[in-house]
Amino acid sequence: MKFTSLSETGGYNLPPCNIVNLCGFHILFDCPLDLSALTIFSPISTALYENLNEQTFSCSSSASHPKTEKLLDKNNLIPTEPYYKTVERLHLWDVSLIDVVLISSPMGMLGLPFLTRTEGFSAKVYATEVTARLGQLLMEDLVAMHTEYTQFYGPKETGLLQSLNWDELEALPPTLKEVLLGKDGTELGSWLSLYSATDVKECLRKVQSLKYAEEACYNGTLIIKALSSGLEIGSCNWSLKSPKRDVSYISSSVFSSGTAMDFDFHALLGSDVLIYSDFASWNGDTCVESENSSSSSVPVDCSTKSDNAHAWELQDFDESSEEMEKLNFICSCSMNAVKAGGSVLIPIGRLGIILQLLELLALHIESSDIKIPIFIVSSVAEELLAYTTILPEWLCKDRQEKLYSGNPVFAHEELIKEKKIHVFPSLHSHELLMLWQEPCIVVCPHWSLRLGPVVHLLQRWHADPNALLVLEEGVDTDLALSPFKPIAMKVLQCSFVSGLKSEKVPQLLKMLQPKLILLPDYTKPYFNPLNESLSCLFFNENETLSVPNPNKHLEVNIATDLASQLTLSKLKSEELTIARLKGKLFVDQAKHYIVAEKPTMSSKMMPLVHWGTVDLESLVLALEKIGVKGSMEKVKDEDEFGSNVLHVFEPNKGLIQVKETTTVISTEDENLASLISDAVHSLLNGI
Amino acid sequence: MAIECLVLGAGQEVGKSCVVVTINGKKIMFDCGMHMGYVDHRRYPDFSRISKSGDFDNAISCVIITHFHLDHIGALPYFTEVCGYTGPIYMTYPTKALAPLMLDDYRKVMVGRGEEQQFTNDNILNCMKKVTAVDIKQTVQVDKDLQIRAYYAGHVLGAAMFYASVGDAAMVYTGDYNMTPDRHLGAAQIDRLRLDLLITESTYGKTIRDSKYAREREFLKAVHNCVASGGKVLIPTFALGRAQELCILLDDYWERMNLKVPIYFSSGLTIQANLYYKVLISWTSQKVKDTYATRNAFNFKNVQSFERSLIHAPGPCVLFATPGMLSGGFSLEVFKHWAPCEYNLITLPGYCVAGTVGHKLSDKTTKVDVDKDTQIDVRCKIHRLSFSPHTDEKGIMDLVNFLSPKNVILVHGDIINMDHLKGRIESELGIHSYCPLNNETVSFPTTHFVKADASVKFIRSSLTPNFKFGKDEATEMAPVQVCDERVTQGILTMETGQKVKILHQDEVLTMVGAEQTEVEFAYCFPLSLCRLKGHVTDDNSLIRIVSGKISNEVVEFGVPDDMGVIQVNSFRLAVCKNDNCSFRISDGSTVSSDGTFFCCNWSIADKDLAWRVISVMKNMDSSVDSVSVAL
Repeated sequence: MKFTSLSETGGYNLPPCNIVNLCGFHILFDCPLDLSALTIFSPISTALYENLNEQTFSCSSSASHPKTEKLLDKNNLIPTEPYYKTVERLHLWDVSLIDVVLISSPMGMLGLPFLTRTEGFSAKVYATEVTARLGQLLMEDLVAMHTEYTQFYGPKETGLLQSLNWDELEALPPTLKEVLLGKDGTELGSWLSLYSATDVKECLRKVQSLKYAEEACYNGTLIIKALSSGLEIGSCNWSLKSPKRDVSYISSSVFSSGTAMDFDFHALLGSDVLIYSDFASWNGDTCVESENSSSSSVPVDCSTKSDNAHAWELQDFDESSEEMEKLNFICSCSMNAVKAGGSVLIPIGRLGIILQLLELLALHIESSDIKIPIFIVSSVAEELLAYTTILPEWLCKDRQEKLYSGNPVFAHEELIKEKKIHVFPSLHSHELLMLWQEPCIVVCPHWSLRLGPVVHLLQRWHADPNALLVLEEGVDTDLALSPFKPIAMKVLQCSFVSGLKSEKVPQLLKMLQPKLILLPDYTKPYFNPLNESLSCLFFNENETLSVPNPNKHLEVNIATDLASQLTLSKLKSEELTIARLKGKLFVDQAKHYIVAEKPTMSSKMMPLVHWGTVDLESLVLALEKIGVKGSMEKVKDEDEFGSNVLHVFEPNKGLIQVKETTTVISTEDENLASLISDAVHSLLNGI
Repeated sequence: MAIECLVLGAGQEVGKSCVVVTINGKKIMFDCGMHMGYVDHRRYPDFSRISKSGDFDNAISCVIITHFHLDHIGALPYFTEVCGYTGPIYMTYPTKALAPLMLDDYRKVMVGRGEEQQFTNDNILNCMKKVTAVDIKQTVQVDKDLQIRAYYAGHVLGAAMFYASVGDAAMVYTGDYNMTPDRHLGAAQIDRLRLDLLITESTYGKTIRDSKYAREREFLKAVHNCVASGGKVLIPTFALGRAQELCILLDDYWERMNLKVPIYFSSGLTIQANLYYKVLISWTSQKVKDTYATRNAFNFKNVQSFERSLIHAPGPCVLFATPGMLSGGFSLEVFKHWAPCEYNLITLPGYCVAGTVGHKLSDKTTKVDVDKDTQIDVRCKIHRLSFSPHTDEKGIMDLVNFLSPKNVILVHGDIINMDHLKGRIESELGIHSYCPLNNETVSFPTTHFVKADASVKFIRSSLTPNFKFGKDEATEMAPVQVCDERVTQGILTMETGQKVKILHQDEVLTMVGAEQTEVEFAYCFPLSLCRLKGHVTDDNSLIRIVSGKISNEVVEFGVPDDMGVIQVNSFRLAVCKNDNCSFRISDGSTVSSDGTFFCCNWSIADKDLAWRVISVMKNMDSSVDSVSVAL
């Protein structure tokens, strides 16, 4: 087994990308897009306003200070149709060599059309039914939002790479340069122009959808199972069973969520290798126990820190209540903003958060005396919301209980009926304009603040000190908000649970009892002290790690009819019984089987391997018994071992040369030859 | 290693399905149904046969319910709340959601009939709390050895066939299933599994049905005719399943024909059931599923709820009333009022359990006793619904053939149907089949594999491709046929107190700690190839010519390498220059001085090949000789 880490996690929106070679099959885990990199492009309407005001700004700005490094402001953003940043190192792989692609979450699917449209792509793609559907909706929305962009810029003439010459690249502010080129300056090649709606459709046709804990058998050799990870509705961890070993893959997981089904760890117990790749909420500081937050630009940090790691137990631990606190905080902030006459803009992309937030916001509005509308604006919102009402099997216990008691699993269905929530495909739809009133609460894409309705609404509200913008953590706020500066509106940045907390990880790993754990190198200082109880192996990004296999033996199932046909022979010297086994080996459902071959070979099988010594005296006796006579002769050969030779003269001429480890029978009589060989074999152990 | 199958219900009958199967020591109860035709102890399976002491928790590993029909789940609250079973119970999500409605509906009917209540509503709710819901194809590890999995069965919303395996033994219990899709459900779907046992229903084991659409049209026509002439239509159904299917049918028809006649649901209950259907739409057919975003098919437009006062209201209407089969309750009450009028119509399912009023109506009687002291004149029209959510004979045969299990047990059907099916399965498919009576036990041995540890070297050698190239001699242009005949050969070793091991033969010696003693054959013989000798300059070309000749007759023969040696497997042939070669066994005849000696050696595996080659060469010698003589 080999493991290669192609890219590390970048939080909820950017799951890690890894390749595992198991039983000769290359398995790719997730194929994400780094959408946070979109922030280096300048959003539509800014450019529009700039254009109206001061002509082509990009030329003027780059012409005035050609070689000096510029400070980050809105004029430095790249004013072209945006490109999309894929996993750089995936491009180094021959796509046709990938056998299986496993998609853990909708976010891990966004880069998949790039892969599936590549010539030679023939892998089987597995994702849960819900991940596939949500992923499809996300991608369709992305394509729709991008189309709006291209409508502004017109047909593509020059791509990102052509539009930037080297000087301009060098002159970019360091923040942009790092996003564009990567830390080591090699990632320029990972930028691609977006796939089309057809690519998305074709991509989905290649996805085989799974239920949780459904066993999909790949090529008879791998049994692949998706298990709830709790991160998002439908997102999963993986369990792979192969004849050689069982591998578990933990992607970003949440023990219990307010929407998705709980983290399912049962099938992950006791695997041979556990690939732990959930470092979405990992911060390097954990091991140094420092509490200061690095992001000082965050105006309000609503994440609450409660340290009760000691009393933690897997079943009892309730992250969802902590999560509810945050959501309630957002709601009360929103209500304050609304009361002051400002509108609230929520460009959060996390489905689970949005669904809960809608319920809570409706409650908050209900209990206050002001009646304001909630607008959801997205090309796929209607379908997405309808979809969430028909997947009770994928939800957490509380939501399922609602199903059993005959209540709707999510409140939004009723809220839409009661006209408390309005859903529109786009901002410029006629009905929306008819209903529009401010203040209001708007939920819309996209969290990068470069695409979708959010751009227009930010443009409208950024200077309103009463308005509120709710962002999720993981976005570089400074860069993301730069085109909308100066900003008077309040900004609330929230960190939601997007993975297991690092202090819980050792306990989880101990409970899962894997024989070996694969962890990224940077966690070494944290896990090395635990090495006594956990056997860990550390990997570096883009380094192929060979994982040793302690199992010297593989389990094989022998069919009873074949087993009963075996001719068993007890060895003289030992408590050992041996038999020659002949049959047909095949692999099915990740198990080896040996069954009898169709025409059962009745012919006596000759022993092919012999050991023991040929004692000359006994040989003569044995030969005499079957009527073979000869005379002994001791011969000194050139080699100093020497040999004994037995000349046979009856029933025919022959010669038997006996050396320490070799006996040579020489005669021209075929019958005599087999007589002698039988005699010799009777003196030896053989199989 | 055996499977033992105790049929507690639905043995040669329909009703109270309950089969207890013991696979390799694990006991599973499939379905826990009640018989609608009885009111005494016979209505429940005889649970005492599972455990005399009543300690069901230790006797049974789990209970599996296939769908929410009462003859499959009706006894469950009794079993858990009264008999005290507290172990795991599995059913699909829709079954878990809908079963309480079904059970409570029936409980109310029982109470309404003045019978002793077998379980309370609290019993039902408590019972359902113990249920673990599963999704289709989700593989559930019940305990270390027992694994179960649900497959889509059609029939009613959430109906599933269940696969169970313990060790190497595996079986499927179908429950009720439908192999053709209907208005709202898809067809049953299952993987090709290796099974020791298949337990299948056989309700329509002797019926082959044609297209459903003709029958649906018949039904719609009958309903339309009735309401057009001002009559009332009574459709007695259970709250769930058939009600929704017919309602989709009618709602759609009303829309198309622009009918305004009201369609009623007898109680709020069924309308509430529609809510469940809406949420669980992913369990319906693809066609219904695809429309969820635009219009959920279970949002019925023409349906209203029914008031008791409307029984005597004038004018036509269609009424869905519970329970089905006119086994009591509201449907029977309405029946009493509507049956005497000749304009009215009653629709009945194709199958009514013996003992119900619906069953009595089958005989086209004009009078029917609904209870001890009430007799009703039946003048209304009766329409038999000929479409059923059960599979027909062809469907059962197809499933049995597809799964090709080692044994088949038929349940849930009449003995006539079963016998017919049993005969077909045994004669056409060659599979043992049984139709046990209630409380009978059938058992058979199961598949078992001997577990062994195989060395990597053995596996690798077995997986090495072994290509054989064959050529059709008749036609020159025929493509070369390549076949890959892998050889699996190894040594099985058993040491007392240890697991069986399989090794590659090269590894055996290390294991026993001995060195190999080789037994070889050698033979050195002269050929007087005087004619040939003139043309050849060295031994290499001589060998090449010789090998060419041999390969004409011995197929396996290869091409010599540059060292003047021919090697095939262990057989080696070379020109021998050593005059003292110890393997020159002379038989006394003089050796011609100009003969060339060929020395060959081989091991026992290739002895046949070796002797064949030697004889070919010796013949060659004589034929060459004869040529030279002729000259």
